[in-house]
Amino acid sequence: MAIDIPRIPLGDWIEGGLTWLTSEYSVVTRAISRVTQTGINGLNDAMMWIPPWALLVIIALLCWKAAGLRLGIGAALGLALIWNLGLWDPMIETLTLVVIATLVAVVIALPVGIAAALSERLYKTIMPVLDFMQTMPAFVYLIPAIPFFGIGSVSAIFATVIFSMPPAIRFTTLGIRQVPVELIEAADAYGATSRQKLFKVQLPLSLPTVMAGINQTIMLALSMVVIAAMIGADGLGSEVWRAIQRLRPGDGFEAGIAVVILAMLLDRLTQSLRKTRKS
Amino acid sequence: MNENRNVKIRVRNLTKVFGSQPKKALELREQGLRRADIFEKTGQTLGLSNINFDVHEGELLVIMGLSGSGKSTLIRCLNRLIEPTEGEIVIDGENIPELGDKALLECRRRHFSMVFQNFALFPHRTVQQNAEFGLEIRGVDKAKRAEIARNALKQVGLEGWEDALPNQLSGGMQQRVGLARALANDATVLLMDEAFSALDPLIRGDMQQELLELQSRMQKTTVFITHDLDEALTIGDRIVLLKDGEVVQIGTPEEILTQPADDYVRRFIEGVDKSRILTAESAMRPVRATAREDDGPRTVLRKMKENAIDSIYVTSRERKLLGLVEADAADQASKDGKDSIRDCMIHDFRSVGPEEPMHNLFAMFSEKSFPIAVVDSDRRLLGVVVKGAVLDQLAQAGDN
Repeated sequence: MAIDIPRIPLGDWIEGGLTWLTSEYSVVTRAISRVTQTGINGLNDAMMWIPPWALLVIIALLCWKAAGLRLGIGAALGLALIWNLGLWDPMIETLTLVVIATLVAVVIALPVGIAAALSERLYKTIMPVLDFMQTMPAFVYLIPAIPFFGIGSVSAIFATVIFSMPPAIRFTTLGIRQVPVELIEAADAYGATSRQKLFKVQLPLSLPTVMAGINQTIMLALSMVVIAAMIGADGLGSEVWRAIQRLRPGDGFEAGIAVVILAMLLDRLTQSLRKTRKS
Repeated sequence: MNENRNVKIRVRNLTKVFGSQPKKALELREQGLRRADIFEKTGQTLGLSNINFDVHEGELLVIMGLSGSGKSTLIRCLNRLIEPTEGEIVIDGENIPELGDKALLECRRRHFSMVFQNFALFPHRTVQQNAEFGLEIRGVDKAKRAEIARNALKQVGLEGWEDALPNQLSGGMQQRVGLARALANDATVLLMDEAFSALDPLIRGDMQQELLELQSRMQKTTVFITHDLDEALTIGDRIVLLKDGEVVQIGTPEEILTQPADDYVRRFIEGVDKSRILTAESAMRPVRATAREDDGPRTVLRKMKENAIDSIYVTSRERKLLGLVEADAADQASKDGKDSIRDCMIHDFRSVGPEEPMHNLFAMFSEKSFPIAVVDSDRRLLGVVVKGAVLDQLAQAGDN
């Protein structure tokens, strides 16, 4: 005896909500879109303006300085390969998107993470939201991004920020909560205000953990930026996308290897920053 | 002598209930229930119950108890790291539990420095920056706080370590930094929470001695928490003994040892090395006989014979100690036909103040077998300590 339960129109509701949001706040989204696009173009142009060999040397030196000779040489070789494969411009476009998305994500994540660490109630509200953000298949974010910001890089940034932000928030919260109770007690005992406690004790001590979170955010941002080629983001992702559409595995792998090289560089570089901060 | 001092902190009816329904717990306490029963009935823990004591200006007050006795809670109630449930804590006329947030910060900055069991140094700050912490919080300008902190580090013997990080130092040195951080702050009260408990015994002994030395120089009002009775007896001017969140006894180390308030205290003090605590006064007995310097040798000999002693102290009319006469010497003087003992007095004997620790007396006995004279600051003879009495006293204290 089947009971006829009507299907809950969950999808319709969400669509309704999104439509309402896009029509009501189109002024806002358009403004955001314009500002972000300007930022992307500016950074992109700046990095493109530097000749590839010069940027290669700069990045290699930076890696050497931050993490030692091995990473320096690795960076030089890796970037040279990308250049040689003719993927320099898409690589720069991808890097631009990653940098901007990460900046936006971190700027939002740090205060939210701190607030969640200090307020038990906020912590309990925000953790399920983060779970939602992280487990929702990344592609899904791409769909509403289009009505908000149109096809292209801004939508890619929007989806990337949402997808990559959770670890930065989580690690910030974790870092602050991990500060030993006795150090908090010591700060309190000497009459520190909450502000003094935060800036003199909690934040400095949670810095290594926060940096680990930022590292995660960068990695997620890179993976998302590649996927975002599906909604018209430029860069290495669109090279892969094109290779899929034309069934050319060779091209696909070339672009894929470029992504891997970029990912390794960013990862090692941020990790070494974290370690030098720590010691 | 403590009674004459000004009261620095007055604690009255201090109670702390851990849990969400303190009122329930307090009601049950009014009905005479104890901590364990209250916990069983309500799930509320009576951490501290009706604590009353004073901390005098300049004294080193030890709060001692086993784990779970509430001593850590108590010291944290003083500066409200833990909120007391009820009661008064008055410091310089301010009732701490009633202070608003801002006033509390001010009060902590002005009145309290704290030293912690596990040092609680900030690992990202250098030794110097750790020592400056309290001053930095108070907004003291850079140059001044650097100087004060350097001085404090010098006082604890850490000159030259300013730029090291805490994890580069040994435990003992880390706690010196903790102490320097507290001293630099120059608050009126020093709170020490099991400050030496995490150190190994040798270092701990050194630190205790250094604290005592520092204390004799600075006379800082100090509240020191410990679970170690030996430590309490060694450094405390007075001791507050806690058990299950209640005060069992308050007194000087000697009072605790010689007049334990109940069986709990008595069991507690078993096994303590009493010679370190007991003083000459507690082993002293009244002088049975004394001689005057114009007494004749025969009179003196008779006094000795009557009292079965072979030496006798000579005092003035005001009972001031003048010297000692041995039976042999008096006998000789009598044979020589002297009419007083003035010429056969000797001055080569030990005299001590009533505060002299007992373990020092042992060493003196090994030199000469005269009874040790106990004199006050005007050299008036208060009594004598004989070797047997010292042993007696120790044995007796051990038996209890």
